[in-house]
Amino acid sequence: MYGLAMIKGLMVTLKNLTRKPFTIQYPEERAKQHPRFRGEEFVWYEERCTGCASCAKYCPLGIIKIETSPSGTMIPEGGKYRLEVFDIELQRCMFCGLCVEACPYDALFMGSGFEQGQYSRKNMVITIDQLRNAEKHPSTWYRPQLEGYEGEADSFRRRPTISQGDSRFSYDPRGGPPLGWREVGRESWRWHQHEKAGMRFEQDNEGTDTRGEGPDPSVRKDDEAA
Amino acid sequence: MSCQLASDSILYANGIYRVVYEIVGVVLPCWVAYAIAGLVFAFILVNAVLLGAAAITWGERRLLGRFQNRVGPNRWGPFGLFQPIADLVKLLTKEDLRPDGSDRVVFSLVPVLMVAPLILMTAVLPFAKNTALASLNVGVLYILAVSSITSVAIFMAGWSSNNRYAMFGAARAVAVLISYEIPVVLSLLGVVMVAASMSLGTIVEAQALPFFLVQPLAFFVFMAGMSAELNRSPFDVAEAESEIIAGYHTEYSGVRFALIQAAEFGGVGVVAAITATLFLGGWSGPWSEYLGWLWFLIKTGIIVFLFIWFRATYPRLRIDQIMAFSWKFLLPLAMVNLIAVTLEVFLLRGDDGVLTVTDLAIMGVVNLAVTVIAIAVFGNLIKERVSFRTRQPQNVVVPGVSTIEVI
Repeated sequence: MYGLAMIKGLMVTLKNLTRKPFTIQYPEERAKQHPRFRGEEFVWYEERCTGCASCAKYCPLGIIKIETSPSGTMIPEGGKYRLEVFDIELQRCMFCGLCVEACPYDALFMGSGFEQGQYSRKNMVITIDQLRNAEKHPSTWYRPQLEGYEGEADSFRRRPTISQGDSRFSYDPRGGPPLGWREVGRESWRWHQHEKAGMRFEQDNEGTDTRGEGPDPSVRKDDEAA
Repeated sequence: MSCQLASDSILYANGIYRVVYEIVGVVLPCWVAYAIAGLVFAFILVNAVLLGAAAITWGERRLLGRFQNRVGPNRWGPFGLFQPIADLVKLLTKEDLRPDGSDRVVFSLVPVLMVAPLILMTAVLPFAKNTALASLNVGVLYILAVSSITSVAIFMAGWSSNNRYAMFGAARAVAVLISYEIPVVLSLLGVVMVAASMSLGTIVEAQALPFFLVQPLAFFVFMAGMSAELNRSPFDVAEAESEIIAGYHTEYSGVRFALIQAAEFGGVGVVAAITATLFLGGWSGPWSEYLGWLWFLIKTGIIVFLFIWFRATYPRLRIDQIMAFSWKFLLPLAMVNLIAVTLEVFLLRGDDGVLTVTDLAIMGVVNLAVTVIAIAVFGNLIKERVSFRTRQPQNVVVPGVSTIEVI
């Protein structure tokens, strides 16, 4: 009958009226971020970085500036430099992620932030100190090993990701805890037990250098379980 | 010295007016008290319209938001209640622009002319028992006459702006307004006939059964016609943003624009109040007659909600569809309603010319059937048979010519 469709339309809008609003009130609440979001605030792990400057070479815009000097450690391998300058000019960055793809040692990650608005272009340059001190919330862009990550930082376990459906999205770059350099690598855990290029072991609490010691028992157990 | 209104004055029935008059009249001369009482009431009415407009902008934006699964304005004050204030402050601080080549006097007159009829219309509205600025015995006629000023104001806006979009909008608005005036007036005739009075107060008292139950067809025609007269969706071609910017108020900015917006949303409130008075029983409600203002506000709110609901639901009609809806659908319906009501009143009323509640109930049942049948019949008559298939080319034989393909 004529007019019934109009009543039907009214009912549709009325049904929508009773629904919960879809809006997420941004400053107070946040949407869950996709783990592969290519955000600002690059995450850089100095322990993994060799100063090879692959990122600077691969950057299509040439906005990464790296200055290095010979390091006191790992001279025989020749694989390590001390970084003095690591500037990323964010204002010209197009977030292509090629620097992250180029990094051979998983030292550079895309960040997950998007709130780096500044009033001056000068403030848009990320310096090495900012990279050192920033909370590490890496994006999983080009680093799929992070996608299975769940839970506490120390109990990292690699899990098959794609086959488990939604587990791909279980990693929440912004909401989760910041990740240390041990947790973000793509290589086997045993790789860390011997000094290799790109490793900078920090001094542990007793002040002894952990270089050259045997594999950490907890790490080995974890590795065998995987 | 004490002033007393004569009981044959048309203001005598107005409770608030009489009280103010008699209190002020104790200390001041009677003619001053007369003026002061009127000013007090007029002040209340002006503020009711403008604050009502502010409240409706807020309510409309909140409700539209919820209809569309959004939240709506919620940053300023509790539930965003101060949003109209923020909007107003923003508009007041804007530059006051007048387009080059505009007719200055007419251009400046328009905002006033848009708001004035709304405030004038509220003068005869009974907010509660015996509470109206003027209980005119031709209240319905007065409302219809005053509301027509709006169409003049809209055309003035379009003409004086020196802008084609404004002119298009004004022409469309006037076409819509004139077309929809007729079904609206005809639907109100039925109401007047059943109430046997044009005074809004008497019409409210006559509604032992609310008139939207007695005459559903008239209610439908009135609501549809009034949405068109308010230039509201689905009849908002006059200010169709996607076609002609903002229609007749394209060139208005700052405080003038604020007034035009106030007229638009205040119009919704005033029309809702009139609808509530004419069809929903106005201030009459259960419990206490001192709660009349509450029932009046609730019923007005329901009608405002209906207007917002329609706006959230229906897409904009084309201008020819709007015209067809008025002339081919609403006008016949209004006439059917008029004839049906005339016959029923003629047959049902007693020797003293009064319709009892039973008579009204009988009318309601009969009119419901009339409504369904009339909408079905006339709806099918104007139904466009839309086919999304491309038409097949036909071979038309023309003498002397071999064949022509007509697509």
